[in-house]
Amino acid sequence: MGQQQGAYFVPTKSSWPFVAAVVMFTTMFGASHWLSAQPSDTSFGKTVLTIGIVGVLAMFFGWFRSVIRESLAGNYNDQVDRSFRMGMLWFIFSEVMFFGAFFGALFYARMFAVPWLSGEGHGVLTNQFLYPSYTGGWGAAGGNGPAHIGGNFETVTAWGLPLLNTLILLTSSVTVTIAHHALKSAHRGRVLVFLGLTVLLGALFLYCQAHEYMEAYKELNLTLHSGVYGSTFFMLTGFHGLHVTLGTIMLAVIWFRVLKGHFTKEHHFGFEAVAWYWHFVDVVWLGLFMFVYIL
Amino acid sequence: MAHAATHDHHDHHGAPSNFFVRWCMSTNHKDIGTLYLVFALVMFFIGGSFAMVIRAELFKPGLQLVQPYFFNQMTTMHALVMIFGAVMPAFVGLGNWMIPLMIGAPDMALPRMNNLSFWIMPFAFALLLSTLFSAGGAPAGGWTMYPPLALQGGSVAQMVFAIHLMGISSIMGAINIIATILNMRAPGMDLLKMPVFVWSWLITAFLLIAVMPVLAGAVTMLLTDKYFGTSFFNAAGGGDPVLYQHIFWFFGHPEVYIMILPAFGIISEIIPTFARKPIFGYKAMVFAIASIAFLSFIVWAHHMFAVGLPLGAEVFFMYATMLIAVPTGVKVFNWVSTMWGGSMTFETPMLFAIAFVILFTIGGFSGLMLALAPADFQYHDTYFVVAHFHYVLVTGAVFSIIAATYYWLPKWTGRMYSEFWGKMHFWNSVIWVNVLFFPQHFLGLAGMPRRIPDYNVAFANFNMISSIGGFLFGASQLIFVGVLIHAVWGSKKKATDRVWEGAKGLEWTVPSPAPFHTFEVPPVINDEELAHGHVDH
Ligand code: HEM
Ligand SMILES: [Cu+2]
Repeated sequence: MGQQQGAYFVPTKSSWPFVAAVVMFTTMFGASHWLSAQPSDTSFGKTVLTIGIVGVLAMFFGWFRSVIRESLAGNYNDQVDRSFRMGMLWFIFSEVMFFGAFFGALFYARMFAVPWLSGEGHGVLTNQFLYPSYTGGWGAAGGNGPAHIGGNFETVTAWGLPLLNTLILLTSSVTVTIAHHALKSAHRGRVLVFLGLTVLLGALFLYCQAHEYMEAYKELNLTLHSGVYGSTFFMLTGFHGLHVTLGTIMLAVIWFRVLKGHFTKEHHFGFEAVAWYWHFVDVVWLGLFMFVYIL
Repeated sequence: MAHAATHDHHDHHGAPSNFFVRWCMSTNHKDIGTLYLVFALVMFFIGGSFAMVIRAELFKPGLQLVQPYFFNQMTTMHALVMIFGAVMPAFVGLGNWMIPLMIGAPDMALPRMNNLSFWIMPFAFALLLSTLFSAGGAPAGGWTMYPPLALQGGSVAQMVFAIHLMGISSIMGAINIIATILNMRAPGMDLLKMPVFVWSWLITAFLLIAVMPVLAGAVTMLLTDKYFGTSFFNAAGGGDPVLYQHIFWFFGHPEVYIMILPAFGIISEIIPTFARKPIFGYKAMVFAIASIAFLSFIVWAHHMFAVGLPLGAEVFFMYATMLIAVPTGVKVFNWVSTMWGGSMTFETPMLFAIAFVILFTIGGFSGLMLALAPADFQYHDTYFVVAHFHYVLVTGAVFSIIAATYYWLPKWTGRMYSEFWGKMHFWNSVIWVNVLFFPQHFLGLAGMPRRIPDYNVAFANFNMISSIGGFLFGASQLIFVGVLIHAVWGSKKKATDRVWEGAKGLEWTVPSPAPFHTFEVPPVINDEELAHGHVDH
């Protein structure tokens, strides 16, 4: 009777999934009531939303704590490890598709919607009847559409903060890889240094991004309301920033787990999952840098 | 020793007795499968009651019962509830119950996530259905949620967040199914020995992970356009409402295959059993499913022929769409060939499966007609489309779910259902569903638009026939509930382990009812005992 003959691991009952469903519902319920309420009485929605978010955070904390305990108790065999890996990879794939929708919107707006509105291709009549004075263009030239929504604006140049942010993220991908190799050769000190550096680089990226947003709003008049240019710009970089935030938090958690000696050179799925996630965030950024900032 | 360390002995032998612990904290694929199936059945009746309102209103021309705005809420909610609440969860429930049994796994790969996937669903639908009682009313812009119309009604935020929740649930469910199939198969259960149902779910799960996030993106843009001042779908700001349609249908067309591929899998299990022959062309069946899934990503704009696409796009999407008929034809051909020369018997699951083959094919043919771009200018947004998708979804997806329920019910409950009442259910369903939907083809060809509470008197007769069919089809489903209740609690007739004389595959080697835990030690795979006989690689 051994592992080889196939003793499977089936986890024990847990109330976390049910709790998770409840707090997710609370969050969404609160958010939707906040948005759909009259501006004068949003307090109900906001309160429920806050409770929901706190609940979600508590749920993550509790659920992951119990998973980590089980992992440390050695409950997870190779098969479970493989399931976790597959789970993480397919999750990242789903995230890629999510970003795909927004990149698709960007390409479509730029390649089709705006040119058609300005009279290209089969958009001649639309242009003549609806927007005869609109000449199209992207960025500051006409990226906020024929109605000039949001007023004049300027775009963020690629070669300032965005370039710096590219270098920051690329470096952080290198440091996390060095940390991974260090983990595999069981140099815990080096892991802590390089993983710590990765966390700092992530935080630095977020700082620069926040700075860029402030500049955009205050000095460039580039806002979420700046027509389809502003919409795609802020939604793409915003969702990316959200993912960097999440990734940085996950890296920080992993740093503490390394500190506590949770990982061995053979067993460190938690570390690898976060590293994959971090690389994914990095690749999305390269897409953004290319298509949102440079081109 | 390792055995003891990796098992939890508390729930080793049977289901926990505490109700809350058993159902809310479950990590058992059978219990979670049951939850999904019961949930789907409840949603089926809620969505069905909306359909009854629609058909009652359309019984006669003129406004009869409800206000137009409420009518629009009914069409919208009917579709959302049926698609996301009834059909999809029913397939997930069947997958949960059967995939581990079919591949010799002890459970799903990620049992707790499995439980989360389920429990999100009732909450998501509570959020969506609650809008019916809100001041602004439920979403009324159609299940496709096209802007700007969909943004003008109430409850946009509730709708968007409910869809986010359903999406999260579907993605986690799909990840779980993929991990289970790729990682939990018993030794010797090679990929090309898996039952076709398992294959169909593997590919469906891939589709789900690929397109549910795209839907999430689309509705997120709706949300920000409505509440945060973005201009994705606003031409004045350089956006385009047609962009929404592209993103939505990039999700939407694979979505319709998400609702039919598992049905293909089910039918490919049932027909061999009752024809007492292995499935004809096992590998061709698998490849057909895979190629349908691939093609489903490049045909989306056939839903948009009338929107003003460039000519090149019309032509491309027309031909790509028609290409799907090839692998679909392969499947229909193989089901028929499986029956050819078999020694067939016609128990209820087989009756539903045969009806599926015939009626789904009718839906496929009307799809082919719709795929002709020039002709679609006439049919688009008419009752012809409504007839098309109800043939593929009701007599296709829903019939397959009913067939699967009759087929596997004895394995789940350990008792036989009443064959007499099963057949009553079948004949009533199959007759009334055609009375309900067949006339809608004529209505559409004559030009009756869909999603309208009133119509020209010229359409009166066919609409009345259709409504009568609708009421009786709805009533026939009460027989189903009766059969289920009887089979679960009343029936005295015990099921054997094999249940059906011609049944093959691992799921029939475990006792009926299937014990709480199965295959804790992987089974030995005997090729001759697999549903599709011996496959050469
Ligand atoms: C041979 C295969 C098929 C072809 C060629 C096909 C073609 C089409 C076309 C061209 C339309 C758009 C009609 C219009 O709006 O003018 C359509 C609509 C639709 N089809 Fe199919 N179809 C096929 C199979 C299926 C299947 C298997 C399903 C689902 C199980 C399905 C579900 C739907 C639905 C739900 C709609 C309407 C969506 C809406 O506008 O609300 N179809 N089909
Ligand atoms: Cu389609």
